[in-house]
Amino acid sequence: MTKAITVAGLHKSFGRTHALDGLDLDVEAGEVHGFLGPNGSGKSTTIRVLLGLLRADSGAAQVLGRDPWRDAVEVHRRIAYVPGDVTLWRNLSGGEVIDLYGRLRGGLDTGRRAELIDRFELDPTKKGRTYSKGNRQKVALVAAFASDVDLLILDEPTSGLDPLMEEVFQRCVEEERDRGRTVLLSSHILSEVEELCDRVSIIRKGRTVESGSLADLRHLTRTSVTAELAGAPNGLSRLPGVHDLDVQGKRVRLQVDTDQLDGVLRQLSESGVRSLTSTPPTLEELFLRHYQEDGAA
Amino acid sequence: MTSLTGTGVLLRFSLRRDRVLIPAWVAVNALMILSMPNTLKGLYGTESERTDLLHQVATNASFRALIGPVFDDSLGALTAWRVGVYAGALAAVTSLLVVVRHTRDEEESGRQELIASGAVGRRASLTAALLAAGVANAVLALLVVAGLAGQGAAGALAFGLGLAGVGMLFATMAAIVAQLTESARLARGLAAAVLGAAFVLRAAGDSASDDGSSALTWLSPLGWLENLRPFADERWWVLLLFAAAVGVQALVAYELAGRRDVGMSFLPTRPGPAAGRLGTAGALAWRLQRGAVLGWSVGFFLAGVVYGGLTDGVADLVGDNENAREIFERMGGQSGLTNAFLASMTGMLGLIAALYVVASVLRLHGEETSARAEPLLAAPVGRLRWAAGHLTVAFAGSALIMLLAGLGFAVGYGREVGPILGACLVQLPAIWVIGGLTVLLYGLAPRLAPAAWGVAVAVLLIGWVGPALDAPRFVLDLSPFGHLPKLPGGGMEWGPVLVLLALAVVLAGAGLAGLRRRDLTT
Repeated sequence: MTKAITVAGLHKSFGRTHALDGLDLDVEAGEVHGFLGPNGSGKSTTIRVLLGLLRADSGAAQVLGRDPWRDAVEVHRRIAYVPGDVTLWRNLSGGEVIDLYGRLRGGLDTGRRAELIDRFELDPTKKGRTYSKGNRQKVALVAAFASDVDLLILDEPTSGLDPLMEEVFQRCVEEERDRGRTVLLSSHILSEVEELCDRVSIIRKGRTVESGSLADLRHLTRTSVTAELAGAPNGLSRLPGVHDLDVQGKRVRLQVDTDQLDGVLRQLSESGVRSLTSTPPTLEELFLRHYQEDGAA
Repeated sequence: MTSLTGTGVLLRFSLRRDRVLIPAWVAVNALMILSMPNTLKGLYGTESERTDLLHQVATNASFRALIGPVFDDSLGALTAWRVGVYAGALAAVTSLLVVVRHTRDEEESGRQELIASGAVGRRASLTAALLAAGVANAVLALLVVAGLAGQGAAGALAFGLGLAGVGMLFATMAAIVAQLTESARLARGLAAAVLGAAFVLRAAGDSASDDGSSALTWLSPLGWLENLRPFADERWWVLLLFAAAVGVQALVAYELAGRRDVGMSFLPTRPGPAAGRLGTAGALAWRLQRGAVLGWSVGFFLAGVVYGGLTDGVADLVGDNENAREIFERMGGQSGLTNAFLASMTGMLGLIAALYVVASVLRLHGEETSARAEPLLAAPVGRLRWAAGHLTVAFAGSALIMLLAGLGFAVGYGREVGPILGACLVQLPAIWVIGGLTVLLYGLAPRLAPAAWGVAVAVLLIGWVGPALDAPRFVLDLSPFGHLPKLPGGGMEWGPVLVLLALAVVLAGAGLAGLRRRDLTT
């Protein structure tokens, strides 16, 4: 598979702040890639480097096979970008802005434009200054989704949308994937990422800490197990990979590294299992683990 | 009075936000007023010179239209005459800017919502805005009273109070306009239009009558200020007019404010088109700046007509005064008073056009810091192409407004059209150097870009005040305008013009090279 975005060892400093500290990122063509990280971890800085708005201090970045700084205009012909905080010109209407971006990117699918305006329930005749935050985002989203491009870069695009519009947004992203387009989705909304993304990269302090498909990531982490046993459990605490063990009579709750699940189940069944629930880690838990390590470090 | 809860906090907050704006405007105004007695003493030192002036103003309608009638030949009265209309207009501009900034601007940006949700009374914000304007006008009045007391305590008091009266009249007027429109920019525009109307009414009235008694003059608050007659047997009752107007306008503003919701207005914003025709970065730049270009064009054309119309009168007025003639000649040209006047007026318009070019180039900076440039530059628009749109408007626009000023002179003066057009256009190399310097600052050190305003104001001061103060040559040489040939009248010198043109190109080119290489700041 070809890569839509490759980033290796990216560094970028602003004065004494190291915004990016050796960041890596690989986005395959045709996938929806989640880009996660706490505030200030360098997501937007990375995106600005990918857009050629910032020049990296060192490291390599390629977007659609080209250098985003040197070939900015060529790269931009094939991408659409939605910033997290959309500001519009006060006296231009939303429709004018959508058409401006469409023409700049080399034309707009007018049917798709009308359909998207309808689905997002956007009034295109309002002036820029009168839109709410969510509506300003809709303007940028309609402009992006109606453009004929290969790669969409979305930087927290749904922070101002209500749940219904969030739903519309998710459908639109799925349609983009079905058309074979690539999406880089930076987001804080983990359910959205879980729903949409084929693969995710988690970054922290300007560095990539996890990257892979959700299944891969889950495999690397812990599964929660809750069991009701026939008799008192024993030997669980000696097993490798068991964490947060909590035994109350015949009730057991524990976390286990996913590759050690087998041993735990065998040990449990020795005491006779009455009921068992096992849940894979949610993205949130994955995420929190990195945050908390972050805090502990 | 729970409706005023929080006014004190908001007032302190407003004054803190305006800690540069208000002192700067008030200081410029006070300096202009307080330096005038000295300037006039230099120009019209003797009793007979002043009597001559009085006679000439009384018989020259165009000068009365521009400055107003003069009522006495004391230095105090001449000062109030010479600066009155302009100091009043400046106080009005300061006041209306302060009020709109703290009312409609806050609502439009959404900040007012946050403030209004606090323990803040319904009338507190408007009251705090009016009080902030009140502070500015009170300080101006105090400075004027203290600074002019030497010319006569009663006159100084009347003039100071009159200026504060004009200021507060426009503060309360702006408070009304701020209730009407949803956009702060439109509110400022409407308030400024009222000020312009006040100027025109007074000018029309004064050109018709030499003692300010025309009904048209009485329709204008600026006419009230002259009819207060500071230093010339003051008519104190005119102050009651100001008080009454301020009171009525404040009541109307509060009444309107009480009848509407936060963020709403009485004149709703019209919807725009659902589809647009803009398709290039250049078209967008023109669309964003065309209103400003139109405003400057009209202003420069009218200024040309007015100054052109004054040109014939200038010989009568200045002809007999050796000092004034000398100053005009130092500011402008060598041969002939008319040419000297035309050269100094076209030179002054050139200096003002430098402000246009700075404002226009800095649109780039505004677009970048407001983050509107970011998605645009993430589209297939190169940085240079994006900048080229705004810079075309800036550089070609300055040529357009100078050309229109020249056409205005042609209409107002009617002779020597070619030489006067040349005199207007010869300003362009210097204007473009200031523009190029702005591009340089913006491209290489975007944080310092607003310093271009400082450069433009410094050039303006050197050009306006430098010759009158007999400033040393090297100071005058700091300004690119100091190197221009003095047209009409003087000979055309291509050398300095070409050097300035080359300098403008180099500065702008270096700025653009910097813009291409640097990070975008957002």
